[in-house]
Amino acid sequence: MLLLDNIILAINGIRANKMRSLLTMLGIIIGIASVIAIMTVGTSMTASMTDTMSSYGANDITMGVSQKSTETEMMDGMRFEWGPRKSKLGDNDYIYMDMLSVLKEEYPDKIDHFLLECSAGQGQAKDGSLYANVELKGVNDERFEDDKLEMLSGRSFKESDQKDGRKVAIVSDYFCNNMFNGDTASAPGKEISILVNGKYHYYTIIGVYEYDASANWVSTSEEETTTTVYLPLKTAFDFNHEDQRFEQVTVVTGSGVTSVDDFMMEIGSFMNRRFYRNNESYEISCSSMSSFMEEMTSSLNTMSMAISFIAGISLLVGGIGVMNIMLVSIQERTKEIGTRKALGATNSSIRIQFIVEAIVLCFVGGVIGIVLGMILGSILSKQMGYDATAPVSAIVFAVGFSMAIGVFFGYYPANKAAKTNPVDALRYE
Amino acid sequence: MAKGDIIIDARDIIKRYYIGQPNELEILHGISLIVREGEFVAIVGASGSGKSTLMNIVGALDKPTSGEYVLDGVNIMKARDNELSEIRNRKIGFVFQTYNLIARTSALKNVELPMMYAGVPGGRRRKRAKELMALVEMEDRMQHTPDELSGGQKQRVAIARAMANDPALILADEPTGALDSKTGRMVMDIFHKLHDEQGKTIVLITHSPELAEECERILTLSDGMFIGERKGTPHAPS
Repeated sequence: MLLLDNIILAINGIRANKMRSLLTMLGIIIGIASVIAIMTVGTSMTASMTDTMSSYGANDITMGVSQKSTETEMMDGMRFEWGPRKSKLGDNDYIYMDMLSVLKEEYPDKIDHFLLECSAGQGQAKDGSLYANVELKGVNDERFEDDKLEMLSGRSFKESDQKDGRKVAIVSDYFCNNMFNGDTASAPGKEISILVNGKYHYYTIIGVYEYDASANWVSTSEEETTTTVYLPLKTAFDFNHEDQRFEQVTVVTGSGVTSVDDFMMEIGSFMNRRFYRNNESYEISCSSMSSFMEEMTSSLNTMSMAISFIAGISLLVGGIGVMNIMLVSIQERTKEIGTRKALGATNSSIRIQFIVEAIVLCFVGGVIGIVLGMILGSILSKQMGYDATAPVSAIVFAVGFSMAIGVFFGYYPANKAAKTNPVDALRYE
Repeated sequence: MAKGDIIIDARDIIKRYYIGQPNELEILHGISLIVREGEFVAIVGASGSGKSTLMNIVGALDKPTSGEYVLDGVNIMKARDNELSEIRNRKIGFVFQTYNLIARTSALKNVELPMMYAGVPGGRRRKRAKELMALVEMEDRMQHTPDELSGGQKQRVAIARAMANDPALILADEPTGALDSKTGRMVMDIFHKLHDEQGKTIVLITHSPELAEECERILTLSDGMFIGERKGTPHAPS
């Protein structure tokens, strides 16, 4: 007897008993659907995070000052760190410009440039009754470029702006909407007054950029939105009455770097050896997007695995349901089995018939589950704001696994059917 | 296989149930039965006489406790389970009182079933099944499922199915038992047609003396023993 005949037979059986087949498949459908839904959300989340992060620069290394762990104690398997605590960094703890110059000289090929910024606080630009909420941020040219802003009018910073710490500013179109009635073209050249911590500061606008509203995570009205006013790096430091020093610096790696993670370790230890050897409280620690992403992905995977395990229990219950129905079905069809044997069916052809029936049942359930799971998963992903990505490997796995359930839970009933004595089976009413 | 060759050669068949237990029961007490190629034999007996047990043994569904049984040259006593399946498939065509068509499966597919187990390819299977459906005058009901057919129609499909692998023996167990006299007559006519036109060997098991009378040879079974053998008065189908 051909396999195809068995498959057709099984499909006919499912069609003849639609309701019962559906109920039988329900466990499989729910199990597979939940696995696929979770995987879809997980894959979509990972894909969109990877996407976002690589746009932030997967090749960037964040180098920051962090508290030194001078003593580590193990207590009941937990790690406790003891060390002198300082609430604020001291003058000797910061990363200074000259340190960066040394670092760049050490690795001319491997470091392309640094992204430097300095916050000068939040405030409000005022002109009579007009106002705009702003955040003052000093940036170097590379840092400004990194934001990939669309300039609507004016220019970006010149070398002299940076070098002399000129009081020039680049503002957003939202800012112009509030202050100049949306006139971006004539904004450059105008002087603005910004109130920060009770004091007015005056800057001359040199350019206007287009504010990217999609990056706004806080939902406020357009008028109230706080936008960034970019200042030359030195201007911001002057504003803070500080030397040019940083708690954190982004190192953009150059073409000479093959492994970002390896290079990250290298510059970390170089900096610590060179500048922080005698620092009691602080040291340099580095992190990169790729290492962060790896952590993210692996924790997402762990989460998916855990939820999938629970879904797997539903698959197990579904499998037992299939076995139960197969046993009932075989009981019901005892006479059919007897007839088939009288017509020449061997034990193995009866066994194959019922195993195929169980496999087809589970396969159909699996396919329905995959479709439902993908629909559910994409709805959930959209809700969470990610583009839905189909988890191909999970789908292949789900199909295979549901068929395996069919074989596993179909074998016992099928074997029972195969061993039925034809004389007794024919007499069965 | 010439006319007159022995198809069923059963000697001293004893069948016991519950062997070794206090309620051990002997149903057949040493039956011998010889049926030759082309014969139309009736086995009659009251219920409980051992007819069904004998049919199961003759049909290779069950093995006797002791005795010798050679069916169309194959020693059934020595055959294994799978070999018995093949013997039933190739050498015997069963016709049951309750038709035993496979539910939810078209008449044509039912007729194809024995050929499917014999490994006949799809196209040839379908062609032969259609021919057989025509033989039993059911060619306009080929796609109907059993629950859409009347009793007589079901039994005609069952006869077509029994003929599928051109078996050496057709074994009919009370084939008209569930039918009214008119449709019963029609079914009997088909058996006569198969016997007269195709020279089929047919063993008919029945409790009806009138039907038995139509056969060439009548064996009477009582209490697990043959108590009589006589010639019938066969008449040509109307």
